[in-house]
Amino acid sequence: MAVKKLSKEKVGDALSELSKFRLIAPAKSDEVVVFKQISDPAEAFLDYGNSTVPPKKFAFPQTETLFRFMRGSSELTEKNVEEEGTTVIFGLRPCDARAMAIVDKLFAWDYEDPYYLKRRELTTLVGMACVEPPSVNCFCTSLGGSPFGSEGLDVLLTDMGDYYLVQALTDKGKKLEETLSSQLGEAPADDEKKAEGMAKEAEGKIRRSINTEGIPEKLPTLWDSELWKKVSAACLGCGICTFLCPTCHCFDIQDETEETGEGRRCRMWDSCMFREYTLHASGHNPRPTRKERTRNRVNHKYSYYPNRFEVIACVGCGRCINLCPVNIDILDILNQVVDA
Amino acid sequence: MKNPYIPYEVKILDTWYEAPGDRCIKTFKVSFTDEKVWDTWSHLPGQCAMVGIPGVGESMFCISSSPTEKGYLRFSIMKAGKNTSALHELEAGDTFFVRGPLGNNFPLEEWKGKNVVTIGGGIGQAPLRPVIQWIRDNRADYGELQLVYGARTSADHCFKDEFEELMECGDAECHLSIDVEEEEWPHFVGFVPQLLLEVAPSPDNTIAVTCGPPIMIKFVLQNLEKLGFTPDQVYTTLENRMKCGIGKCGRCNVGHLYVCKDGPVFSYAQLKEIPEAFA
Repeated sequence: MAVKKLSKEKVGDALSELSKFRLIAPAKSDEVVVFKQISDPAEAFLDYGNSTVPPKKFAFPQTETLFRFMRGSSELTEKNVEEEGTTVIFGLRPCDARAMAIVDKLFAWDYEDPYYLKRRELTTLVGMACVEPPSVNCFCTSLGGSPFGSEGLDVLLTDMGDYYLVQALTDKGKKLEETLSSQLGEAPADDEKKAEGMAKEAEGKIRRSINTEGIPEKLPTLWDSELWKKVSAACLGCGICTFLCPTCHCFDIQDETEETGEGRRCRMWDSCMFREYTLHASGHNPRPTRKERTRNRVNHKYSYYPNRFEVIACVGCGRCINLCPVNIDILDILNQVVDA
Repeated sequence: MKNPYIPYEVKILDTWYEAPGDRCIKTFKVSFTDEKVWDTWSHLPGQCAMVGIPGVGESMFCISSSPTEKGYLRFSIMKAGKNTSALHELEAGDTFFVRGPLGNNFPLEEWKGKNVVTIGGGIGQAPLRPVIQWIRDNRADYGELQLVYGARTSADHCFKDEFEELMECGDAECHLSIDVEEEEWPHFVGFVPQLLLEVAPSPDNTIAVTCGPPIMIKFVLQNLEKLGFTPDQVYTTLENRMKCGIGKCGRCNVGHLYVCKDGPVFSYAQLKEIPEAFA
């Protein structure tokens, strides 16, 4: 079967067709680009670097209901994720799709998380290859990713100038291609080869790198190292590195109740960089300062996660570097780990 | 598969105080409101459950009854925060919610044919209680059972009636202590690690299990080593703040292990490898 293309003139039509689903696309919001549900194709902003906020919230919402209850009643009403409907995330970057594939392992591990997994099952990921690396702090190639990476994606789009090359990667992707059959055309025969060349070129433009080999094994040996105090000294504990991280998945569970007694148990993003995260009811805190919290954050991503799931929980998107208010740089920390 | 975030409602059959004070300890004996839950429920000594009230929250507690005790579960809960204070308001006939069983268990199958010594402090006796009860209910499978237990004062001793009954029936050898002298206290005065050295259980074919405040555990582990116990003969439980109880929400880890999922039961051999275990 021939590879498809989507001419840029037909992107609007394609998005209109896809808006029969819950359609998520990058869009401008004040000064930043975020992923949001769009109903008008004109809202989509596809000529972007990367979004400030990763699209992870469409699999793992910032706050979501687990069940509803009535105070004093025995009955609990489970949230039905199915109601959210079929979702298409259009135009996400390969690193963010790969991040979802990494986080899938955690939510499918042992106890299956019904909310997350149902949402993932209902979601088709249409990626947009990075012809130019979106940021000077991109380092996806150090972690097994690529600006043209396909892991986690159902469809990969590549900007070929006046059209996108459309490569369906999974059954879900093929289904999406069928949905768009009247908007898609046939791509030139040598486009796939051309895209391979473009991928190599894009990889060559990634400026930052780290050799991760040996880091997961080395980190636990540096438990008492002075480096943790040094690298966390500037930290404000704002948590932005975790909230904007596409692989961070830690959450809190809280109950909310109205005056009427109606309530819901919900879960919301939480951050290992916060004091309350590990605070015991007794007042004891096993991670009392930012030193212990930073050490845990780096260890979790680069040692504990690969220890259990055989993959580092970082995709090299560079957000934690770009957006840290005090310029803490994960690559700088990792270099110190390597040198220690 | 059942949604692991949805708890079961339980009804309080009976409740009483184990210890008084600001941080009083109350035991709840409960059964599922829906009797059918018993058909699918099975737990082992050491396992935990999330216990709470919708609208207040939930927290992790060990199930302090053995599965050999049929028709009820027990929880012994110290009043410490919002959720435990709300639970302490409840009386027989009231309901709350339980999600579990969660976590791993003491490897009691592996311990068959061995002697067992439990070393508990304060509310730390709660996870040891199901071990003791399990051994009593499978008495022929195990060797000698020695209990070492202490609390700050005699009033702070949990499960007093059960200790008394044990001392009378001879199922176990009991050694009790309090931290400071009290009139008419017939047993040891001093800290649990000291009492352990006095009792000096033989490490020969013996498993030691200890639960209690972190400072007590630290010295108990040292003293067990002095007595010749090797790290693989020693077990303890850890606790940390928890939310999901199923290895997702992230916070309860010690090193690469989740206390909720990989624990709460760990051998000392395992914990020696993890610097964060005793943080």
